[in-house]
Amino acid sequence: MRPAKPKVSRRDFFKAGTIIVGGIAVASAFTPYDAVLIAAEKPKKGKWYGIGIDINKCIGCGKCASACKLENNVPKAPFYFRSWVEQYTIKNDGTIIVESPNGGIDGFKQSVPTNEIFKSFFVPKMCNHCAKSPCVQVCPVGATFETPEGIVLVDENYCIGCRYCVQACPYGCRYIHPDKGTVDKCTLCIHRLVKGLQPACFEICPTEARIFGDLNDPESKLNYFLKNHTCMVIKPHLNTGSKLFYNALSSEVR
Amino acid sequence: MEQHLQDLYEVLSKVDGYVYPNEIELNWSILIVLYPYITGLVAGAFILASLERIFKVHILKPTYGIALLTAFSFMLVATMPLISHLGKPFRAYEIMITPHSSSAMAIFGFVYLWYLMVVLLLEIWFDYRRDMIIWAQETTGVKRFLYRVLSLWTTDISPKAVALDNRIGYIVTVIGIPSAFLLHGYVGFIFGSIKANPWWSTVLMPVIFLFSAIVSGIALVMLIYILLTKVRKLKIDMECLDTIAKYLFYILIIDFVLEGLDQIHRIYEAEESFEVLHKLVFGKLFFTLFFMQGLFGTILPLLTLGTFQFYKPKEKIRKIIYLAISALILIGVFFMRWNVVIGGQLFSKSFYGYTSFKTGMIGSEGYLMAAVWLIVPFIILSFLLWLLPPWKKKEELPETQGL
Repeated sequence: MRPAKPKVSRRDFFKAGTIIVGGIAVASAFTPYDAVLIAAEKPKKGKWYGIGIDINKCIGCGKCASACKLENNVPKAPFYFRSWVEQYTIKNDGTIIVESPNGGIDGFKQSVPTNEIFKSFFVPKMCNHCAKSPCVQVCPVGATFETPEGIVLVDENYCIGCRYCVQACPYGCRYIHPDKGTVDKCTLCIHRLVKGLQPACFEICPTEARIFGDLNDPESKLNYFLKNHTCMVIKPHLNTGSKLFYNALSSEVR
Repeated sequence: MEQHLQDLYEVLSKVDGYVYPNEIELNWSILIVLYPYITGLVAGAFILASLERIFKVHILKPTYGIALLTAFSFMLVATMPLISHLGKPFRAYEIMITPHSSSAMAIFGFVYLWYLMVVLLLEIWFDYRRDMIIWAQETTGVKRFLYRVLSLWTTDISPKAVALDNRIGYIVTVIGIPSAFLLHGYVGFIFGSIKANPWWSTVLMPVIFLFSAIVSGIALVMLIYILLTKVRKLKIDMECLDTIAKYLFYILIIDFVLEGLDQIHRIYEAEESFEVLHKLVFGKLFFTLFFMQGLFGTILPLLTLGTFQFYKPKEKIRKIIYLAISALILIGVFFMRWNVVIGGQLFSKSFYGYTSFKTGMIGSEGYLMAAVWLIVPFIILSFLLWLLPPWKKKEELPETQGL
């Protein structure tokens, strides 16, 4: 006896398969894949803000950190910072000591005796305004976003306070505002930028260790700085598209 | 607020090494430990139920209904720790209305709803429809009304209709298995995809979460089954219990191997973060990782269940040991979640130091609140077992048996 004909013939199978696969392909064409890598292309026109910090020039006065708190109403307690300064001390035996008491606002005291120090330097930290921001990628409601000028912002009226972005930021630049319950971070003082002013931390820096500018403008101070110094970003292996470039960045800095 | 700041100052005084100033506060607390734990229990319990239904392990029949109702009870509560942890809980619905397509967390709402509404609810409804109609005829008053509402006023219990129920129930379960895998694998992805955190960022994370979820869910149903038969003063079906233990043993082996592989890989590669994680594991996580998760939650159950595969002590002893083992596994998996969630936040992303975890008994993120979210599912389950007792289901006629 011949076996019964299978209910689904090979032809039917391929037909259905083609429809499903083709359907998915067509549907995908309408909703392009917007992975962060593709979304992060540098715009050819308009401003594209970046930051330069010259570690050789930083004297650790902490004025940037305190100006930031004042300008942006950042909570005073030492657990909330949009901008802070770290002091790195590398001892003769290779031990690395990092300190940032109150984010450097009250200045620094060297805890290591001078004869034990191999070298010491200050590293100002702030949001890297990444072009492929891991924080923007993970936000479940899209409350945090990149502006066309490359500034990473948070819409506090939209943020649900899930803290996923705080976990995703490799640089520790975000905190939950204790009064608002939403996330808070550096805005590059966008309220000042729109008035043609510099961000507070840049304006106050007494040694001009901080350079701010448009990466799209070949004549900008920032591009001049980048051309004339050997600059690095922090944690380059994470491919976050950081736009905070340091001159004289030691490998100890993380 | 004041208390919160005081706690932070206390943590600050205990910081070991250097942490970024914003890292002193631990952002995901015990409630976020509970969230993967509870969803894991759901996925695991469902997989056990599907073993009976799809893979025809009919010996597990006594636990089928219990497993389904357990999964459902825990599923109802699964989002609560998450929502109550939000800084703005009343905006939680935004995840559903305006999901961000590149966010792993945004998918949560959909996966959750799919699993709760489509898979669990449908499966339970089709499984109980006939019984609810019969019970509505046998009872009076409020209970009768409840059954009628729950069965959506359907009355057809002809063999044809029941056969259709079974067929749909079967299809839903078939869809349910990959959904359960998706639900929990995805929870693992939330952690595994954070490249900033080397303790989380591993491609194995979703798989590890999935298998530990299955382990915990099976252990939970085992525990509930043993306790239920005790409460109902019935004789326990030892053959069923031995079979559950056998599956538990197999999946525990996979889970153990995967977690071991993850650690071995980490140790062998010894990347930039190795030192800070090494010190974390042997310091702040020593007790919860090596003792609670490793020894009590994994090694002891593995050895015991392994021994039972070729040497079985008397039923009475075996029953007590199964009870203890399932409790140990549940505790062990809880601490696995703890070690991932809390452990991943104890070290600084600068790799230069450690913060510490401090939470009180009271408050919306205290231990008491966490205990509430663990107890509520049991209250729901008790109610469901009263309303829809699986043991009172009428035997179906042979020709209407499932596919």
